[in-house]
Amino acid sequence: MTGERPIGEDDLQAFVDGRLEPSRLQTVKVFLESDPVRAQHVAQEIEQREALRARLAFKAQEPIPARLRVASLVAAQRKPHRFHRPAVAAALAWLALGGMLGAAGGLWWGTRQQQGAEQMIVADSAIAAHRIYVGERLHPVEVPGDQETHLVQWLSRRVGRPLFAPNLTTQGYRLIGGRLLPAGGQAAAMFMYENSGGTRLTLYARSSPGEGETAFRFESQDGISAFSWIDNGLSYVVSARAEREQLLPIAETIYHQFETARGPAKGGL
Amino acid sequence: MDEIASLLEPQIPGLRRYAWALLRDDEAADDLVQDTLERAIRYWAQRRRDGDLKAWLFTIQRNLFIDAVRRRKKHGVRVGVEMLEDAPAVTDTPEGHAGMRDILVGLDLLPEEQRSVLLLVGVEDLSYEQAAQVLDVPLGTVMSRLSRARGRLRDFMENGRGAVLRRVK
Repeated sequence: MTGERPIGEDDLQAFVDGRLEPSRLQTVKVFLESDPVRAQHVAQEIEQREALRARLAFKAQEPIPARLRVASLVAAQRKPHRFHRPAVAAALAWLALGGMLGAAGGLWWGTRQQQGAEQMIVADSAIAAHRIYVGERLHPVEVPGDQETHLVQWLSRRVGRPLFAPNLTTQGYRLIGGRLLPAGGQAAAMFMYENSGGTRLTLYARSSPGEGETAFRFESQDGISAFSWIDNGLSYVVSARAEREQLLPIAETIYHQFETARGPAKGGL
Repeated sequence: MDEIASLLEPQIPGLRRYAWALLRDDEAADDLVQDTLERAIRYWAQRRRDGDLKAWLFTIQRNLFIDAVRRRKKHGVRVGVEMLEDAPAVTDTPEGHAGMRDILVGLDLLPEEQRSVLLLVGVEDLSYEQAAQVLDVPLGTVMSRLSRARGRLRDFMENGRGAVLRRVK
């Protein structure tokens, strides 16, 4: 007869949990018969395991509160967030185990229509902000473009995502500054640019967690054109009083600069 | 959304029980569960499709709990979930069901990692492998923690409250 594996604490714990395979169970029972003190300990531990289960059982039997229904939570997430609790890292620690963060083509729970709705709401806010601040003579921005580092750090912190002001000099636009905007319960960032002809362009960005990537979406309201898209948890809207054909290459430039900035750590939320 | 609901909602009773066992406060426990579910929904797309949903959810919840406790320790602020790591249940209560009370008092005397392993394995019926995932330790560590936790709980039940109170002081 080949030697049997000696009894370990893992066997005894599995015995307490009733998880031993039948063959091993027999071995452990024989072992315990020969050791009455340990057998008594094990019996007590089984009893205490049951006592703990019994004591806590009521909580799992309660009807679950309406606020924990998935439908309620999804509806609440569609609205701007109450506030952001900074514990995301915890969940991500686990996700990182899979090494599959940001897996391409992952499914998301929103339907395409819902996504469109999110994008539309963001675009409306962006165009409204564009309209108000671009026409402002004295104070179009809160922080001027010559303080770009400060501006970018401030807005990134408030929006909760790393941002930067794209370089649009090849498009003929220079940064004149930016400001913080309210967006429901959260913060949005707006960068403003100007070309030599005095035409102003704005880039609006805000966090849209849980949204999948979208294609560019174009719309025009009273002469203001806007391209919007969602990528990597951020909603972007670029707006200007310009033709679609003029604005599209600028939107593409911005998109590519953010893609490049994300670099090889793609998907690293 | 229906898919998410049909997968997530069956886990809610267990998540609530685990949260309550850690926090011992109805509101705070449901806040913790709500945070857990919100996070799960937000990162639904990124979850490992082949991964274990139950282990994933309990991992999120435990990590949120630990984060909240750490923040509380750092800032000394008591807000919602950030209450009680060391639940104050050690005080004597002259109620009936003394035996049942005792088991929770005993639980409170264990360090969090031992409390969690007892709850996850003994109450939530996670497999040892699932518990190892949630606690982010090797399987062998789960078994020895479980052994230590049960030993201490047994010690407490045998030696009675007085002995333990003296030891705590």
